[in-house]
Amino acid sequence: MRYLRPIVVATVGLWLIVGLAYPLVMTGVSQIFFPRQANGSVVTVNGRVVGSEHVGQSFNQKAYFWGRPSATNPPDNPLGVGASNLGPTNPKLIRQIRVQLQRLRAADPGLKTSQIPISLVESSGSGIDPDITVDSALIQVARVHRATGISEPRLRNMIHQATKVPLLGFIGVRRVNVLALNLAVYRHLYQR
Amino acid sequence: MSIQTMVTWIVVLGGLAAVAKPLGIYIVRVFTFQPTWLDRPLDRLEDRLFQCMGIDRDSNMSAKEYSFSLLLTNLAWMLAAYLALRWQYHLPFNPEHLRDLKPTLAFNTAASFVTNTDWQAYSGATTMSYFSQFAVLSYLQFVAPAAGGAVGIAFLRSISGRQLGNFFVDLTLMVTRLLLPLAVIGTVLLVAQGVPETLKAYLHVHTITGLRQWIPRGPIASFESIEHLGQDGGGYFAANSASPLENPTAFSNLIEILSMGLLPLGFFYAFGAMTGKRRFAWTLIGVAGTFFIGMLALVYFPELAGNPLVNSLGLHGMVNMVGKEIRLGLGGTSLFETSSMAFATGSVVSAHDSYLPLSTLSFYLGMFLNVVFGGQGVGILNMLMFVILTTFLMGLMVGRTPEFLGKKIEAREVSIAALAFLIHPALILIGSAIAVATPLGQAGIFNPGPQGLSEIFYAFASAAANNGSALAGLKAALPFYEVILGVVAVIGRYASMIAMLFIGQSLLTKRSIPESQGTLRADTPVFAVVLLGSIVVLNALTFFPIMALAPIAEQYLMLAHHLIR
Repeated sequence: MRYLRPIVVATVGLWLIVGLAYPLVMTGVSQIFFPRQANGSVVTVNGRVVGSEHVGQSFNQKAYFWGRPSATNPPDNPLGVGASNLGPTNPKLIRQIRVQLQRLRAADPGLKTSQIPISLVESSGSGIDPDITVDSALIQVARVHRATGISEPRLRNMIHQATKVPLLGFIGVRRVNVLALNLAVYRHLYQR
Repeated sequence: MSIQTMVTWIVVLGGLAAVAKPLGIYIVRVFTFQPTWLDRPLDRLEDRLFQCMGIDRDSNMSAKEYSFSLLLTNLAWMLAAYLALRWQYHLPFNPEHLRDLKPTLAFNTAASFVTNTDWQAYSGATTMSYFSQFAVLSYLQFVAPAAGGAVGIAFLRSISGRQLGNFFVDLTLMVTRLLLPLAVIGTVLLVAQGVPETLKAYLHVHTITGLRQWIPRGPIASFESIEHLGQDGGGYFAANSASPLENPTAFSNLIEILSMGLLPLGFFYAFGAMTGKRRFAWTLIGVAGTFFIGMLALVYFPELAGNPLVNSLGLHGMVNMVGKEIRLGLGGTSLFETSSMAFATGSVVSAHDSYLPLSTLSFYLGMFLNVVFGGQGVGILNMLMFVILTTFLMGLMVGRTPEFLGKKIEAREVSIAALAFLIHPALILIGSAIAVATPLGQAGIFNPGPQGLSEIFYAFASAAANNGSALAGLKAALPFYEVILGVVAVIGRYASMIAMLFIGQSLLTKRSIPESQGTLRADTPVFAVVLLGSIVVLNALTFFPIMALAPIAEQYLMLAHHLIR
């Protein structure tokens, strides 16, 4: 069996290099140079961990801005990430969109269907999409204003603060991080 | 179409075209043992390994020995991975105390990662320990593409008049000289963008609204980096790169796209640099590039126009955002998915099952053709297989003996090439037929109507093409699919590789014919058009019927506003 020796050495030797040394060294390097990112970009309030900047959370109170629908169980569950996988002619797809539409309109009767961005009623790919479009945040201002008493200009300013713009002007899209925006609302309500 | 999207596409595709040449030259230098700047740090390490293996750096193997080495090594990896996954609970780095995998899932996962398919019938966060992720799966995502690259190198050597080389040397150099240095750079860039890289346990969070959330972590960045550099495509989590923990920004998205394309393009140019036919290499890059642009347009524009069934509800905007992520935008999402299908990676940033039918057709194209750059080493092999078939067809048309790089193409080479071509559709069609005809296979369907049929076709196309993406509604965790798709992936991986090795050896032993007035030149636009046409015709003849039953039927239903009940 003349192949045995090279097979064993190649398998074990390369395993030591890329199966063990590579991930462990990269973990060490990342912990030293990028400790915040490497540990999950944690967001804290008064030293208490309340989430990760990159992971969407489920908000369904009138006082907070809502994110996109999530197909995970429970919604926005990072352990069970995934999409609805509903095909384009599946009746369940249209039903889910209608349900989300009803929820938004029931929470704010003044809202017209034609104002609601399509992405706010269609579920995301990961189920933990942390962002919504700027329009999706703006159409919720009236509802959050009524529920919290925070003035509309102030809320629009919060949206502006939580908006991320494309890198170098072209990489990515303008978007609002829902957790960052709701933290601004939270701080205004409870930490004045 | 927005300016941002256009600029992003131009920057990424232009960047890939620009690095093809330097990277191709570097690949040739490494594998013809010329000095490179990585000699100083790596020579001694590699020499130590070769010494332990008992082989010389410049030793050679026959096609038979090379094939045996490839198969036996891959078999050893598969066994080792299977055992490691079966005993996961007892191995270290398992802070969440995840249990052993059941036999069918362990087989499917081992087969699929060793064959560079990376089809996943499990959800990473709740199935795999940190050890399984980095020491088993991430490791296989290095060595599996390295084995494919090694075979590509051996073939390129043989058609450039060199001996095939030694599999173990090529495998080692693929890892140390190409994948590892690039993976280190990729990891650092991804961590900087916010991809976690830690061995700490999952994060337990109490949100401001009183909810609880468990945020899984782990050495994700190092995994993500090699996943794309190796055109592997096995995600750390079930949602793969759609998960913001794997792909947090539009910039990390571009890093992952570029990582996928680097080596396949490098190998296309390496073909030219190795054989001295650089113009021919650019011709092939042009043909594959044309397919790429076509696929990209076919993904982007249908999604931009949206789903008429949803658009009739009267919402604001019309882009189909079902299963897509906001931060990546439609432009970045389409470019990622096209790259993933073209480079045979199979990682996803969105749910393919929720795409509109024409976009799905584009995904199929990538898996059927397998030459739109394809995986590293393997893509160029498939492209050259089509070149051989095309020169044969052209030779028949004008009544001349076909030649490939100055060697006569005769019955033996054409027979092997035809066989290599036919294995791929045979696996997809026969596999799908079995699944569709049996209750076991039908049990996996999620969506009703043609989309459900498509889920099955897609699974077999994905396994046979070693792609690994899915119309993920399909219940991949059924033992039927775990076993049959694992087997399909194995046959699909090795059959055509070994066929090409034997063609290479057969050509190597032939006398070179000097170029004359009568030689059919292969580096011309005319040849490019005929090659493109042959690829389209051969594949259309094979796959049009099943496409008519699945995405095309779905398209007509959608246009007719027909919901399937």
